[in-house]
Amino acid sequence: MFNRKTATSSMISFESVTKTYPGPSRSAADVVAVRDTSFTVDTGTITVLAGSSGCGKTTLLRMVNRMVAPTSGRVLINGDDIAHMNPVQLRRKIGYVMQHAGLLPHKTVAENIAVVPRLNGASRTEAKRSVDRMLDMVELPADMADRYPAELSGGQAQRVGVARALADEPRILLMDEPFGAVDPLVRTGLQQQLVDIQHELGTTMLFVTHDMSEALRLGHQIILLAEQGRIMQQDSPTKLVEQPANAFVEDFLGLNAVDKTLRTRTTEDGRTMIVDAHGRPAGFLEQA
Amino acid sequence: MNVIQETFNWLVDPQTWSTDGHNMIIRSVEHLQYSALAVTLAALLAIPAGWFMGHTRRFSGVIVGITGAARALPTLGLITLFGLLLGIGLVPPMIALVVLAIPSILAGTYSGISAINTSVIDAARAQGFTTRQLVTRVHLPLGFAMIVGGLRSAFIQVMSTAILAAYVGAGGLGRFIFLGINTQDTPMLLGASIWIMVLVVLVDALFSLGQRFATPTGVRRLHAVPATEPSAG
Amino acid sequence: MNWVTNNLETIISALGWHVALSVPAIVAALLCSIPLGWLAHRLPRYSGPIITGSGLLFAIPSLPLLIVLPVLTGAGMRDGSNVVIALTLYGIALLVRSVADGFNSISSETRLAATALGYSGFRRFLTVELPLAAPIILTGLRVVTASTIALCTVGAVLGIPSLGTLFTDGFQRQILAEIMTGIILTLGLAGICDALLVVLGKLLMPWQKQVA
Repeated sequence: MFNRKTATSSMISFESVTKTYPGPSRSAADVVAVRDTSFTVDTGTITVLAGSSGCGKTTLLRMVNRMVAPTSGRVLINGDDIAHMNPVQLRRKIGYVMQHAGLLPHKTVAENIAVVPRLNGASRTEAKRSVDRMLDMVELPADMADRYPAELSGGQAQRVGVARALADEPRILLMDEPFGAVDPLVRTGLQQQLVDIQHELGTTMLFVTHDMSEALRLGHQIILLAEQGRIMQQDSPTKLVEQPANAFVEDFLGLNAVDKTLRTRTTEDGRTMIVDAHGRPAGFLEQA
Repeated sequence: MNVIQETFNWLVDPQTWSTDGHNMIIRSVEHLQYSALAVTLAALLAIPAGWFMGHTRRFSGVIVGITGAARALPTLGLITLFGLLLGIGLVPPMIALVVLAIPSILAGTYSGISAINTSVIDAARAQGFTTRQLVTRVHLPLGFAMIVGGLRSAFIQVMSTAILAAYVGAGGLGRFIFLGINTQDTPMLLGASIWIMVLVVLVDALFSLGQRFATPTGVRRLHAVPATEPSAG
Repeated sequence: MNWVTNNLETIISALGWHVALSVPAIVAALLCSIPLGWLAHRLPRYSGPIITGSGLLFAIPSLPLLIVLPVLTGAGMRDGSNVVIALTLYGIALLVRSVADGFNSISSETRLAATALGYSGFRRFLTVELPLAAPIILTGLRVVTASTIALCTVGAVLGIPSLGTLFTDGFQRQILAEIMTGIILTLGLAGICDALLVVLGKLLMPWQKQVA
């Protein structure tokens, strides 16, 4: 599965995928979650799917490991249509992290991290080695291995979730608002850690968030979605900020919000400070 | 000699327990066997059904309806009804006992499975658990304590109702009570009643231990043993 | 159907006895459970034993209890009071837990706010805590009502009149219609009482959108 085809640099491709769900009642019209969406995710990069709730970003993400089947259209991994792959085998090759870590409450941290290696047939010693390496990678102390999920903080549980997803070194990692439920200070640390890990392992990541600053911090490519998976702009973070394609993108970036208007002010020591509409300092201006 | 003394004497009399006397030991084993058979038959129907309902997370209305109706169902009425319809012997009360055992087991299994956090199940599927692995490694360990709780309620209910089954001619410990009532043998009546209570409480305690044992460590550290509603009959 | 029309008097008398035995037991169980459950809630150290004890009590089979209880209470085995006492004990065993759960469900902020507003202890209990615990207590009371009405029939094998008499009499005299009448009336009575409790709950607790 997923033999490295060097000819193509796109790891995941969505080809005109549509997903409709039956309406709430027999007479009601079908609910369209995603309509005719196409995009690609390059090998070894982080692509962020950003948008408000209900834009279909989670549906798109869950199509990659066949947790959701598209009503029409195809999802390809390395050029192969995943509809022809065994979903269970597929999922064991793809890491998945979600907002609530979803750790098995009756298993220790070590056992949770070892789940996928063990499912894939690793021996106890091999699995143990993965566990140690993963705990180290997500910067959790080794003595945490024997704890149960109930004994972890939200941030710790999420680190274990990331470790579990990466334990069998998947080539693809799917993340669904993984840091949405942890407090802002911890979140920044986790985001930085994820960037480092991706740099080290070269994993292809598809990341879902509604937080634009998170998208800008993590993504090599950002795909901004409106309702029903309509792509409003697909660009690098720099391009997205510098050349927003339309008013929707500007709004989402918060460029039109009154209190996001920034002003400069010269401080007593001669530096230029940037302040927002309420006079709160946002930082110092660095002259290029 | 007062009643309490006479009852005590009846209980410690070797004649009460020996095979050539009242044979209470064999009758107790018989009582437990009847109850175990009824609960096993009920479990064979109710656990798969409860699992299905809990897994799909639908039918909660059905569960509420069945347990609600079961609570108001008079056990004596069911026993006499089956006794009259199907004649005396073991089978009619056994059917009644199975019917009475089903709701507790169904409800226990349903709540055990549906109480599992959806994100845990979702994550397990996303990690590549097959349906069989999901059942054996997630549903069973996490739902087991509640399923045992359902079996506990059912067993206690069946043991109690099996006493009434003697009214329509079934064996077990109930026959001493009806014998005592009919012959106005107060020591036997009281002695047998006390012995049944002791037996039921012992079985309940055993199940309670089993339930504690069935709760995985990681869950036990967070919650106490899940409570299921006990049932009298 | 013939049996029913020919024996209306017997049926009504059995129904009357049934109501006369079960309703006082339900009311008494509620009145005893509120202080007990409140204690279990206030004294967490004793809540374990209280809850375990009530669970154990509920496990005790009804017929043996009806036989042994008179030794302790002095009531006659065939007296109505014997059934009322036994049913009250079962009711308490079930309700104490609901009452404790009800009081435990009140958030500490609400309690704190009530104290800050200047409620005295007992007044706070009566006007804030009890109403807020009431929905969960009502759920428990509905369970107790159904099981009390069903359990009440067991006394018939000892000769205590109730709808259960229709079962014993129907079995002895081989009248299927009599047993069916007994079952249907027991279920019906439980259903009517449950509906009454739901309506009462809606009247007394208008802030609850719906009672579960």
